[in-house]
Parts: sequence; C-alpha cells; structure tokens
Amino acid sequence: MTESETHQAIEATFRIERARLVAGLARLTRSIDLAEELAQDALLAALVEWPKTGVPSKPGAWLMAVAKRRAIDALRRRAMRDRKHAEIALTQNEAADGALEIEAFLDDDIGDDLLGLIFTACDPMLAAAARAALTLRLVAGLTTHEIARAFLTSEATIAQRLVRAKKAIAKAGLTFEPPRGAQRTARLPSVLEVIYLIFNEGYAATSGEELTRPIVAGEAQRLGRLLAALMPGESEVHGLLALMELQASRLMARTAPDGNPIPITNQDRARWDRLLIEGGLQSLVRAERLAAEKSGVAGEGGFGPYLLQAEIAACHARASRAEETDWARIAALYDRLREVTPSPVVELNRAIAHSMVFGPEAGLRLIDAIAADPALRAYAPLPAARGDFMMRAGRRAEAQSQFRAAADLTRNAREKAFLLARAAALDAVG
Amino acid sequence: MRVMVFVKATEGSEKGLTPTPEALAAFAAMDAFNEELVKAGVFVAAAGLKPSIEAKRIVFEDAKRTVVDGPFAEARELVAGFSIWEVKDMDEAVAWAKRCPNPMPGRSEIEIRPFFEAADLAGFVTPEELSAPRSGERGKLGVA
Repeated sequence: MTESETHQAIEATFRIERARLVAGLARLTRSIDLAEELAQDALLAALVEWPKTGVPSKPGAWLMAVAKRRAIDALRRRAMRDRKHAEIALTQNEAADGALEIEAFLDDDIGDDLLGLIFTACDPMLAAAARAALTLRLVAGLTTHEIARAFLTSEATIAQRLVRAKKAIAKAGLTFEPPRGAQRTARLPSVLEVIYLIFNEGYAATSGEELTRPIVAGEAQRLGRLLAALMPGESEVHGLLALMELQASRLMARTAPDGNPIPITNQDRARWDRLLIEGGLQSLVRAERLAAEKSGVAGEGGFGPYLLQAEIAACHARASRAEETDWARIAALYDRLREVTPSPVVELNRAIAHSMVFGPEAGLRLIDAIAADPALRAYAPLPAARGDFMMRAGRRAEAQSQFRAAADLTRNAREKAFLLARAAALDAVG
Repeated sequence: MRVMVFVKATEGSEKGLTPTPEALAAFAAMDAFNEELVKAGVFVAAAGLKPSIEAKRIVFEDAKRTVVDGPFAEARELVAGFSIWEVKDMDEAVAWAKRCPNPMPGRSEIEIRPFFEAADLAGFVTPEELSAPRSGERGKLGVA
C-alpha cells in the first residue's frame, strides 16, 4: 500500500466514526466548532500513528480517546481562564473531579450522543434549509462543496448558512442532550421534516437541468435508516423511511434517457427497484404496528402524516400494472391526510386521486375549490393537473392553455419541455 | 452508492452448517457486525446461501439449455452469502468490510462489487423502450 492509499484508508475509517465522534465531543464541550476541531485533531493523530502501528481494532474508541484527552485539556484551560477572570482559586481536587465527571460522561450511550446531535442540528429555531445543511455536514459528513451541489447553490452560501446556524446554537446555549419523553415526540417532526427535505432535494429537483439527483436521495435514506435504528419505537420514523424507500424505488423509471419525466402510470414497472420496495413495505408494516399500539386504533385512524404518505406510495408499489392501482384506497388515504396535515398540495393530489376514481369532472370540481389559494397561485402542478383532467374530459382547447400556463410556471427545464409537448400534442390531433 | 458484498465459500462452508460452539460464536460476531451496520444506516439487505450441493446451474449454448446439479468444485469461486450496503464510496465499503469478523474459520475472502447506477446505463436503454409502458416482468438490466 502506498502512503496515499494508507491515508485514504485511514480517512475512510475516520468518516465512519466522525459523526459519533463529533456528537460525543459536542455534548461534552457544548461547541460544534470545538468538537469538529477536536475530531480533526484526532484524525491528524491517526494519520501519524496508524501507518506505524496499523489501524487499531477499535478505531472509534482510539479516536475518541485521543480527542477526549485534548478536550479535557481544552476544558481545563477554559476553566482556568474563566476562574481566573472570576478570581476564584482552583484547587487540584476540583480539577480532578471535573476530569472524572468527563470520563463518566464519555462512557455514556453513543447512540444517545448521536440523537442529541441530530436533534440539535434540527432544532426548530433554525430555518429548515439551515437544519438540512447542518445535518448533512455533521451527521452525514458531507463537505460544504457536496452540500452546495445537492442544493444547487454556491459553496459560500452553504458555508455562511453553517456558520450562522452554529452561532445561533451557541448563542441559545443548546446542550446537545437528546430530548426525552414528551419533548422527544414533540420535537421529532422537525427532524423528520429535515430528512424528507434532503430526500426531496435529491428526488425532485425544483429547478435546474437535472430532475433527479439520486446521491442526495441516498444520503437521506441513510439518515432515515440511522434514525430508525436510534428510535426503533417511533411509528413516524419508520413511516418516513418507508416513504423514502418506496419513492426512491421509482428513481430509475421516472426519467427518460432524454431527461423528460415519465408519469407514474406510464413508467416501466420492471425498472422499479424491488429491493427498495420490499424494504419500504417492511418499514411500513413496522410503522403500522407501532401506530396501532400507540393509538389503540386499528387502521388509518392512528397514522401520522409520513405513514399515510407511505401508504399512498405503497398503493403504487403493490400494483404490478398501472391499471391495477387501487385508486379508491389512495383517494381515501388523501381524505385522511388532509385532516392530519391540511395543505393546498395535499388537496391537489387528492383531486388527482379522486379524478382517477370518480372521473375527470370530479377532479375539476375539487381543483376549482382550491384554485384561489394564494399558495397555489404560481404552482405549476395545479394547471398541469387541471389540463390533464380537461383533456380526459374532452375539453381539448382548454386543456392546451392549461398545459401552457403550467409550462410558464415551472422552473425545471425538463418539466417545461414535457408540458409544452403535451400542449403541442393536443394541437397535432385536434 | 450501493455495493454488493460477497462472502466466498470455502471447503468448510461447502460442508454445510453444524452448530458447534465455534460456529455459534462466529454467528453472534456476524450479527453484532450487522447490527453496527444497521446503526450506521449502511445495511440494506443480507442473506446466507446453502452449500452448492443444493445448487443448480443452467448452461446456455445458443438455443440449448443444460441443467447441471451441484455440488460444484472450486469452493473458493462459489458464493456463500451476500450483503447489500449503501455507502458513500468504495473506500468506505472497504473500511467497513475490514471490520467484518472473518466470516469463515481460516483463510476466507470477501469481494465488493459496486452496482451499476443510472448514469452507467444511459447508452443501453432507448427512449422508445422507456416510453412504451409494459405490463409483464422483464428486468432488462437489474440495477440499483
């Protein structure tokens, strides 16, 4: 092995340990910057030591021990300085007690550290985009450059977002402790929201040439699996994982080689990823069981918003042909979803589902009821769906103008081309 | 990226499973390792495969199909089990694989193979193929 190969191998090992390392150190020092710095110091020490001694059998413990020693030194220095400022004498005994406390602290459950870091990075006081950037940096270990690529923005923007978020966390004096009991349940949605936001950045780019960026979607699924392992008793955590896996199973089928999107009913289902579907359906069963146990209600009554959405995705996944899709169940699930999380987007999707069960006129009636919502005024999928209903109802001229309106609204170049083609197709035959 | 991790067979694994204390300890160690993979969000799937005495091979020669019953020689060329992992790159996959307990007594081998990704297959699938909806199962190129 050459020196650079050895370094590469050491860095790969470090990356595996990094999140847990930073989590433990952040909880100890209550500073993300200091934790990242200490972790980096530990990597540098490994790059010096491991080529001589070989990779230790427990590399994580080795790195933590090195970082811990340095953390204790840093904390002592800080304590000395603080005390000096306050002009309080520091006895040897007190310092020793402090060190012992730290030892005990670091032997605490590692999973707890990681959960603490995730909940801190996803603190609701931070904007969702900042939470997402921080989670990708600290938990997934992505570089600023990689995060910038994922969000189609500049490295400088992401760097600034990270600095501001870290400052806000320091200023608020967050302790990096995982929330417990009712607090944990109350704060969970802000974590799930961030993971799903990251997934959607990869799954459906809102702008730019590339409709799908599967790498970020994979990263989000990994975060979802991590969270499911850390919080095995939460229905919605498994619900979110199921939702991501079932949606990701269609990644390979939803874009044509020329880049145009393929609607779900036209996708080649042989290209759906059976492994992800199976994994997603297993997560779904787990989420259903946990929801029923917790709520004491059988069926959808106790389902949270992610589980409901996963159930909808599962209706597609279970149909081996588009004609076999259980649209009646999908419509019923949307009826329930709008009660749990009312939103104009849910209403729009509900209209689409109802149009599949009760015909295009039913879909149009539901769309008319929500069209005035300000949130949907510039929302391309609304005229796109309306155009589709009108086309199916034989109202070709109106459909055409709806497709054109949708094309004007979308920021995604591929989608624009697709909508214009739908409008042009009506021209050709009509 | 997704990788498939193959555990190669050995003369020993070809003899089948017996619950000796050593085998039980090896099982527990592998379980603990998989648990670590689950906790890191890396684990996607895994399975062990029975010895090749229960395997069949189908040999294709133009239109001819010949079925060959196991067992097959050259144990080290056979697969005894596999895992599927979601990792960032091959370096990470290798770092995880090195942490795996030795899957077999004595000398054994693990092989890591990355899945084809969408970008690798762009040249293989025509737009016509994609636009025509299909009903049956086909799985032209089974990929991630």
